[in-house]
Amino acid sequence: MSILINANTKVICQGITGAYGALHTKGCLDYGTNLVGGVTPGKGGTKDANGLPVFNTVQDAVDGTGCDATMIFVPPPFCGDAILEAAEAGIRLICAITEGVPVADMVRTRAALDEINSGRSASERIYLIGPNCPGIISPGPHTGSGESASDPYTNAGCKIGIMPGYINTHVSESESGKAVGIVSRSGTLTYEAVWQTSNMGLGQTTCIGIGGDPVRGMGFIDCLELFEADAETAGVLMIGEIGGTDEEAAAEWAKANMSKPLAAFIAGRTAPPGKRMGHAGAIISGGEGGAESKIDALKAAGFAIAETPADMGVAMAHAMGLAPAATA
Amino acid sequence: MKIHEYQAREILQQAGIPIPPGEVIESIDEAAAVFKSVTKEAGTDFAVIKAMVHAGGRGKAGFVKLIHSAEEATEAARFMLSNKMVSVQTGPEGLDVSKLLIAAGVGIDHEYYLAITTDRGARRNVLIASREGGVEIEKVAHENPDAILKQHIHPSMGLQPHQARRLAFDLGFKGKQINQAAKIMIALADTYEKRDCTIAEINPLIVTPPSSDHPDGQVLAIDAKFNFDDNALYRQKQVAAMFDPAEEDPGEMRAKKFDLSYIPLDGSIGCLVNGAGLAMATMDIIKHFGGDPANFLDVGGSATEEAVTEGFRIILSDENCKGVLVNIFGGIMRCDVIAQAIANAAKEVGFEVPLVVRLEGTNVEEGRAILEEAKSQIPTMQTARDLGEAAEMVVAAVG
Repeated sequence: MSILINANTKVICQGITGAYGALHTKGCLDYGTNLVGGVTPGKGGTKDANGLPVFNTVQDAVDGTGCDATMIFVPPPFCGDAILEAAEAGIRLICAITEGVPVADMVRTRAALDEINSGRSASERIYLIGPNCPGIISPGPHTGSGESASDPYTNAGCKIGIMPGYINTHVSESESGKAVGIVSRSGTLTYEAVWQTSNMGLGQTTCIGIGGDPVRGMGFIDCLELFEADAETAGVLMIGEIGGTDEEAAAEWAKANMSKPLAAFIAGRTAPPGKRMGHAGAIISGGEGGAESKIDALKAAGFAIAETPADMGVAMAHAMGLAPAATA
Repeated sequence: MKIHEYQAREILQQAGIPIPPGEVIESIDEAAAVFKSVTKEAGTDFAVIKAMVHAGGRGKAGFVKLIHSAEEATEAARFMLSNKMVSVQTGPEGLDVSKLLIAAGVGIDHEYYLAITTDRGARRNVLIASREGGVEIEKVAHENPDAILKQHIHPSMGLQPHQARRLAFDLGFKGKQINQAAKIMIALADTYEKRDCTIAEINPLIVTPPSSDHPDGQVLAIDAKFNFDDNALYRQKQVAAMFDPAEEDPGEMRAKKFDLSYIPLDGSIGCLVNGAGLAMATMDIIKHFGGDPANFLDVGGSATEEAVTEGFRIILSDENCKGVLVNIFGGIMRCDVIAQAIANAAKEVGFEVPLVVRLEGTNVEEGRAILEEAKSQIPTMQTARDLGEAAEMVVAAVG
């Protein structure tokens, strides 16, 4: 099992004929994702380099393929519009990879998306991941070379985004026979966490990079809630960073609602103050936002804390009773 | 992106927010005449003269002064334009000052604080105001959180007049001040939105003593600070034109040209990484093992071989750099691109200092093969299997 996506998820790519869209469409096909087409306005009716149908609008793609998920690679000025186009066409999972979207655009886009979602039940809700994120992956068992769409890495997995697929482990191939969920604000640290848990003998049910932008789609709590409800997810590893108060809020929520083993790492413990964090951000949070306040809150909520970024896998395995604590 | 105070004044003026008269000078000879004209316009007998640099600590360094005569204006201008400004923030080498702002002094009955920023948690812009202005707002927030008032702003409606008025009443403005203050709040919120700010702050916002023209006093913005969303500069031509390259670190500027991001620090280990989170985590683990980063170069996801090679040149040109750590977990960034750039940099610049390389992720096998081949030409290179080992190695090598 997994959350949000699985081998049956039908995915399209918005911006499929752009350089990045094309590159990662191939990457997802090679991994084994059920990618069924893409959207580039004005190129409807053509095929992309992989022979997938290209549509003018997301609605055309939905009508033509029955897709239920999208990955967005359009340039930053058009990203908010692309998100809302997908939402209005009824796409259930929107994954915006685009980096560099203006904050003001996301404030408005998120407000419009919340309006579309208001009154919807959990099963009807539209989920947005990102922007500025690596995406989401539910690994499948390793069945092929992963070098082409005809010999994909797995025949039962789904990758939507830009992460390397091979570092992930399906539960059936993990030494421990257990799989964890991973949720992270940082792209490359997500890969590091996946790699370390794989090396500790753990599989992953689903890994989500929620992105580091100030205003975005899914947050930690949305992901924790889904992981808690997923029978196969045996623990959750959360990777946060300094700034904002999402980690504190997630800690508080987890304390009341999570029964599964939890581990966390917070990046930026030693970051020089003022380099990235704005003054007013610190005011809103009433002095919160630093690494120590996040770590204290997470510890109090029962998370095993990775003291260094090299100990994320160990901390997760330790929380699950599968390994002693890190000795560093 | 940050701008100078005189540029912030232009933005306030264009928003219709009243400020005391002032003018920028670039030579000592202009000081006396400007002092006379701005004080005359404001009907006062003193002014303040300030050096236009981004670095803080101006007051202590003698680069912000009250002046009461044309002679004092000339004297202060001479001092500021012929000496380097040295403060805690500039480092011992100091900064050249080329522009000075002379603004008319005004009488102050009370100082307030006003700012707009984006509240990440609420996913909305928020107006923050306090009756305790003119001081560090962080201190007020910490010691007396009740003294800080907040009003979230609707993403499509903007700040509403009734919200601004209520805040003005709550802040203790009286009589005609109420509408003046509310107008300023709405104008600031509007500017924040229109210009893609990440902070728009007026501190202090003041009320002048009653006069015959203004029996309830006048509400004026004395000092303002704006920061802008770099991601939105493509649609903010006027703001982008305010960019002052003289205020930037030369390494950061070089990196920017190649779409890299460079952060200079004080330690001895140069770091090349991909991703901001990994950069912070790499710094954490270097410090954990007792080392200290000299800088960070984040190559992001899409940098070319040439850009990464330039990245190594930038890192190695930092004379504090006594060792280099490459920590890459390839996603979009391919390990073979990084490895080839290491080989290029070795040929062109040479790694005289110890180099520790940790590669993982996309195309890692190709990357390792390139490094294996180049190994004989890079005698100072060690490779590490994981992040912990890499950090330990580089800290040990730097000593």
